[in-house]
Amino acid sequence: MKHIIAVLLENEPGALSRVVGLFSARGYNIESLNVAPTEDPSLSRMTIQTHGSDDVIEQITKHLNRLIEVVKVVDLTEGAYTERELMLVKVRAVGKEREEMKRMADIFRGRIIDVTEKSYTVELTGDQSKNDAFLEAIDRTAILETVRTGGCGIGRGERVLRA
Amino acid sequence: MEITKAELTSAAAANAASQDLRGAEILVKCLQAEGVKFIWGYPGGAVLHIYDALYKQDTMQHVLVRHEQAAVHAADGYARATGDVGCALVTSGPGVTNAVTGIATAYMDSIPMVIITGQVPTAAIGLDAFQECDTVGITRPIVKHNFLVKDVRQMADVMRKAFHIARSGRPGPVVVDIPKDVSFNKTAWTGYPESVEMRSYNPVRKGHSGQIRKALQLLMTAKRPYIYTGGGVILGDATAELRELADMLGFPCTNTLMGLGAIKGSDPRFLGMLGMHGTLEANNAMQNCDVLLAVGARFDDRVIVNPKHFAQNERKIVHIDVDPSSISKRVKVDIPIVGDVKEVLSELIAMIKESGVKPDAAALAGWWETIEGWRKRDCLRYDRGNQDVIKPQYVIETLSALTRGVDTYITSDVGQHQMWAAQYYKFDEPRRWINSGGLGTMGVGIPYAMGIKLAKPESEVYCVTGEGSVQMCIQELSTCLQYNTPIKVLALNNRYLGMVRQWQELDYEGRYSHSYMDALPNFVKLAEAYGHVGMLIEHPRDVEPALREARKLKDRTVFMDFRTDPTENVFPMVQAGKGITEMLLGSEDL
Repeated sequence: MKHIIAVLLENEPGALSRVVGLFSARGYNIESLNVAPTEDPSLSRMTIQTHGSDDVIEQITKHLNRLIEVVKVVDLTEGAYTERELMLVKVRAVGKEREEMKRMADIFRGRIIDVTEKSYTVELTGDQSKNDAFLEAIDRTAILETVRTGGCGIGRGERVLRA
Repeated sequence: MEITKAELTSAAAANAASQDLRGAEILVKCLQAEGVKFIWGYPGGAVLHIYDALYKQDTMQHVLVRHEQAAVHAADGYARATGDVGCALVTSGPGVTNAVTGIATAYMDSIPMVIITGQVPTAAIGLDAFQECDTVGITRPIVKHNFLVKDVRQMADVMRKAFHIARSGRPGPVVVDIPKDVSFNKTAWTGYPESVEMRSYNPVRKGHSGQIRKALQLLMTAKRPYIYTGGGVILGDATAELRELADMLGFPCTNTLMGLGAIKGSDPRFLGMLGMHGTLEANNAMQNCDVLLAVGARFDDRVIVNPKHFAQNERKIVHIDVDPSSISKRVKVDIPIVGDVKEVLSELIAMIKESGVKPDAAALAGWWETIEGWRKRDCLRYDRGNQDVIKPQYVIETLSALTRGVDTYITSDVGQHQMWAAQYYKFDEPRRWINSGGLGTMGVGIPYAMGIKLAKPESEVYCVTGEGSVQMCIQELSTCLQYNTPIKVLALNNRYLGMVRQWQELDYEGRYSHSYMDALPNFVKLAEAYGHVGMLIEHPRDVEPALREARKLKDRTVFMDFRTDPTENVFPMVQAGKGITEMLLGSEDL
């Protein structure tokens, strides 16, 4: 089952490799990972998407907590949460494709942020399944390049993760 | 050129400021503030400033080992025996890579240590400098935490944190990597930080009272209760509490390899060690109990062997451990209690006293009857009276009998001799059985023994080893001479890598692939070459007199080469993948 784990950790060199090293050393999966400093620059917030049985996820959160630089760990999928991922897709856009691609971007509430004679770059934000759906919806052969940030998640309503 | 008055004043001011201390001097002051008495190490380019600072002090003794691996093992052995944080000091590059085995050994057994490593100057880091390696990267998976000190102003703070992390919570080794310029640069010494604040690290001490109460209720309703304890009870100094609890409840007890000495080896409630080479009664009780109290133990593969087989019998499990990640890792538990084992056991004892409840005496008597039935099988019996060839078990039993009542430390290496020492020596006190349980590192025995002897000069220190393991750190016999740490090495020499040979006999139809030790050195001459006493013991009748003679040589290191039965196997044995009650009890089961 898919889990989204949010980690608050000291913004120090090497902290990221401790987390990544833990996953590879113990054979856990990372599907996506994103990390950046928070409003408090001494802290970084990481979102890890992983999958595994409940036992494995329990071990993952326990081992993350064991890392000295990790301040807090929450499995967002245990409650209500929202998830967003940014995706940039560069697509071929020539002739009648140009109008078609523009329409598709509109349907997915994407924005075209770079235009050349032969291509568009589309910016899309949404949960991962929405971004997947966009890639499915357009002509696959038109895709020149895709880059995705991986999901970042936050608890809904009163759920707050702070140091 | 004339010097102006103003210039003179500023020079004087600079002089005053130069009462600042170098990083290396601050490091030494930090170690002194932590009460460090011994530090094992090996000098090299990147740690020369630190060695210079060590030269100028006289409160700590530095021990020059012959190989960095042994420096870490010796400090580790010292930590295991005393409970203090063990300290080692090595240089960059190969100094660090040689130390890695020692660090991993300490990590697997949760030993509190601070290992100081030299690093190339900060400006050279990343440029493939001479003797450079990524110490923080290489050691990351085998330390509780590690630090690279990038600025001399961080030195005191980092050292304070390093010691705090090493000894608190579930203990473990901490590496502090110090670039050469950082140990050279100066900064103001404002004293050793009194406290340490880390928002990201606050290990739990007190257990959850509600959980402890639930555990108490469960224990009191048990028909077939069992207490299973591991290294956590030793490391957490909770032996007194455990013994008090066992006295109050009258439950049978077992210890893991790392937990030996928690319950007295001679206590009738002690069923012996459990696991792959555990006793029949200890393993049967583990499988057949209905309530299991696990304390500071982790249900590892050498204890439970096959977890599916273990799960075939229903039982309720209470698990007390300071590390939440040890709970429900291999075996699901019913009542987890996260906390310091000493604190949790104290609270449990207080609750029992307060509540006045008693265990089910009738059920307990029946359970003991079953256990005594298993005990009658006498699973550790062997050919005791053999007059032709020395049985390795006999050497250990004789040593155990001779040192009874004497404060004795037994270290071992890894293999058959280790299991025989664990099975046949009666450990009545904690921290007296020192071996590498988790990583299973051959070569630890001599360094462990010399680390302990330095701290405990009045105690007897024996290293039980084999002719294979002992050669992995035998160079330390030289260190034993230099620092006058007279240890007794008992090599159970069967001319085989015995445990490998045993598995090859059992699992590989006797194809003894590279487990025979041909061209062994003459250990007696080797011991003499190192300035020690060597003894060759070939007959069973000579075992006891030789041990008596060696004990008399109090001030000498003695290497005893016991020529033991090359065909002897360790029994009982649970083969890999089997259930803990599916045991081979002797050669007749093969």
